[in-house]
Amino acid sequence: MKHEACGIRQAGTFNSILAIKNTGGEKIVMATEQAPLLKVNNIEVIYEHVILVLKGVSLDVYEGQIASLLGANGAGKSTTLKAISNLVKAERGEVTKGTVEFDGKRVDKLFAPQLVKMGVIQIMEGRHTFEHLTVEDDLLTGAYTRGRDKKGIQEALDRVYQYFPRLKERRNVKTGYISGGEMQMCAIGRGLMAKPRIMLLDEPSMGLAPLLVKEIFNIIKRLNEEEKVGMLLAEQNAAMALNYADYGYVMENGRVVLDGEAATLRGNADVREFYLGLTAVGKKSYRDVKHYHRRKRWLA
Amino acid sequence: MTFFFEVLVTGLMVGIMYSLVALGFVLIFKASEVFNMAQGAMSLFAGLALVGFLDQYLQLPLWLALLCTVAVMTIWAYAIVFIVLKPLVARPPLMLFMATFGVAYLMEGIGQSIYGTQAKGLNLGIPDTPIVIGGIFMSTFDLFFTGVAAILVIGLVWFFQKTRTGRALRAVSDDHEAALSVGIPLLKAWTITWIVAGVVATVAGVAWGTRLGVQFSLTYIALKSLPVLIIGGLDSIPGAIIAGLIVGAGENLGEVFIGPYVGGGIQTFFPYLLALIVLYFRPYGLFGKEIIERV
Repeated sequence: MKHEACGIRQAGTFNSILAIKNTGGEKIVMATEQAPLLKVNNIEVIYEHVILVLKGVSLDVYEGQIASLLGANGAGKSTTLKAISNLVKAERGEVTKGTVEFDGKRVDKLFAPQLVKMGVIQIMEGRHTFEHLTVEDDLLTGAYTRGRDKKGIQEALDRVYQYFPRLKERRNVKTGYISGGEMQMCAIGRGLMAKPRIMLLDEPSMGLAPLLVKEIFNIIKRLNEEEKVGMLLAEQNAAMALNYADYGYVMENGRVVLDGEAATLRGNADVREFYLGLTAVGKKSYRDVKHYHRRKRWLA
Repeated sequence: MTFFFEVLVTGLMVGIMYSLVALGFVLIFKASEVFNMAQGAMSLFAGLALVGFLDQYLQLPLWLALLCTVAVMTIWAYAIVFIVLKPLVARPPLMLFMATFGVAYLMEGIGQSIYGTQAKGLNLGIPDTPIVIGGIFMSTFDLFFTGVAAILVIGLVWFFQKTRTGRALRAVSDDHEAALSVGIPLLKAWTITWIVAGVVATVAGVAWGTRLGVQFSLTYIALKSLPVLIIGGLDSIPGAIIAGLIVGAGENLGEVFIGPYVGGGIQTFFPYLLALIVLYFRPYGLFGKEIIERV
């Protein structure tokens, strides 16, 4: 069992771990001097002045990397993403401690639209499309921050249609009437319209059929490779996320409790047991199930 | 038959005046899902300000006075968005609705303390002489405002459907947070909407002010436009216009042709009767946004 790169973290401390990119079995150690594209440093988020949701979360996403954020419901994955994109403000939340740096600049005090302009784009959970806008209009709203750059916007639109041919077929249909998978595609495509450098994807697999989930993840991978978009992916579907990601962070109760490169996490006994539903032995007998202990907690 | 058409046309023209008021409601509702109770007060304030610039305090030429009035309404728009609405972002729409009540009282109070409470005449220099078109008597006055309303509506529809800002405003009205996540600044979108609503309120205030005189009762014309809103749909610009025409024509025809059989006076409640019927069959109005529900 490989445990070397999986450090169990204390809340608030930040272990710097070599970011290792896994490309088809071959491991290339990225230059450690390279600064991360996105650096979240020990942030704390409080909603409505009283509800403490994040208790010191730190993570790095490097240029062109897919990092995934794993964890159960309520672990703080969405809040972490919203703290980065600064949408927490719209939900009466606030980053009270810590810093968020993007491309070497502090961004935690900026407004969400300014971040979009810099290339930090969040694809919200639950496919928030504008239901009374047509698919094409919906996609075009994604280019709002690009102003009147007509040519660039048209090119971006054509590229979105290349990735999602299905959206092109349905471009004059109101997004309220398209299927769930198409809505997710529309939301991702809309994000793509803004020239993203990093996308914060919140549960892209939510409520979709397994085949569609695979399709969406393949497109995420393609966007990462072809458009060089960095990805921070919050997912409950850990197996899927770890298959596509380079690096993973496991969250619990508002903290990052474990992190490591995806391959290592896939091999980690605890992750296998609690997030992937596998054990070293393979399938369990009924007796094991009967004595199955409480889900392990890293933080008592 | 000529008489019928005369009654019809007079009704339609009154209807246009209702539409002008309803338009202001529709604009704000579209952008923020808030029913703006201050719409009537905005018309009153615009009327008062215009009279102030025109002859009460300054003797400006008409075009300059109109421009200044629009400027005043723009200042109001900024004040409302940044002082009243900004702290209420992400609160339930009901809170915003209540806040607009406060804005209404504030506007009425400030307006009357600056410009006084007595009714003032407003003369735009348009001759109110009836002209005959196709054998029907029409007031030049009504014709003028019909034209203004037509231009206003075409402009607004173009703005919302074709421009980048208009599309952004439509996005905001569907989903505030998602709009923010694609980089549309919410407060800027709201400010633009309130400015446009202020301009529409100015047109409505001038139109009604020249008819009834600029006075406190102008705020009640907002109530007159309620059935228009219900029939047309709270968020449809063409709906506001067509419903205004239906209400205007309906109440006038009803009064003249049905009134005598029931002892008259049905003009006051006839629009509400129409609204009730529409509510039975299309609760979101004839042209309102359908409520898309996913099961």
